[in-house]
Amino acid sequence: MTIDWTAFTPWHALAGGALIGLAAALLVLLNGRIAGISGVLGALLVPKRGDIAWRVAFIGGLVAAPFVYTLFDALPLPRIDASMGALAAAGLLVGIGTRYGSGCTSGHGVCGLSRLSPRSLVATLAFMGAGFATVFVLRHIVGA
Amino acid sequence: MTVLASLLAGLVFGVGLIVSGMADPAKVLGFLDLFGHWDPSLALVMVAAIAVGVIAFAVAGRRSRSLLGAEMKLPSARHIDRRLVVGSLLFGIGWGAAGFCPGPALVALGMGQAKAWVFVAFMLAGMGAFEGIDRGRAKMRR
Repeated sequence: MTIDWTAFTPWHALAGGALIGLAAALLVLLNGRIAGISGVLGALLVPKRGDIAWRVAFIGGLVAAPFVYTLFDALPLPRIDASMGALAAAGLLVGIGTRYGSGCTSGHGVCGLSRLSPRSLVATLAFMGAGFATVFVLRHIVGA
Repeated sequence: MTVLASLLAGLVFGVGLIVSGMADPAKVLGFLDLFGHWDPSLALVMVAAIAVGVIAFAVAGRRSRSLLGAEMKLPSARHIDRRLVVGSLLFGIGWGAAGFCPGPALVALGMGQAKAWVFVAFMLAGMGAFEGIDRGRAKMRR
């Protein structure tokens, strides 16, 4: 392992992270809900009366965020290297896995760890470990 | 009011993902490439988010109603079971394969990235498949 100092952006990471924490704080303190994106989105596939509008609003806010960002600064465009086939397979795995495991990076990683939940700690270690292993295999074994 | 609060929370969350660089799969994969040239940025994103979150959830945990009067709905599940671990492992494999998790994918979709649309379409299909299978199983048990 070597640290890639040219790619490391500590101040942006801390500022963006604080905003993510603030968003989770807003949702729980104002609305009493967990900002877990897979859960907020997934429950819309089996909608229950009276439990739809806030979910649509939260997801709408996420999708509209790039537009709001452009009001202040030029938008940094993402680099998506994965092939269409890989994106499709990855999408399926992320969809099934986050629902089966009851959460993703936001629900378990940010909110769960903030709540000091042992369940979320186990989930976070599992998906981070699997993420490290997958990138290791794809970049250094298959791609080497 | 709670709908407006949710919209605001979604916007702030999305802007946070863009500012932190986490809406960019290449940056996320730089973090997951622990055994190559490692970019530790994502770890600091988590540290800052949790530092704010700990305070918010400590306050939330002592309340039965939110500031806007909504019912406080915090998870009550405490057991660590196979569903939690297997589901999280599957999610991690998908995360490592493309560099997208649900939040950043939705933000990139908002940037009009065609590849993000493909990822989100299949993610929704995966979520739908899970609902179908899980409901089928629940019916069989009854």
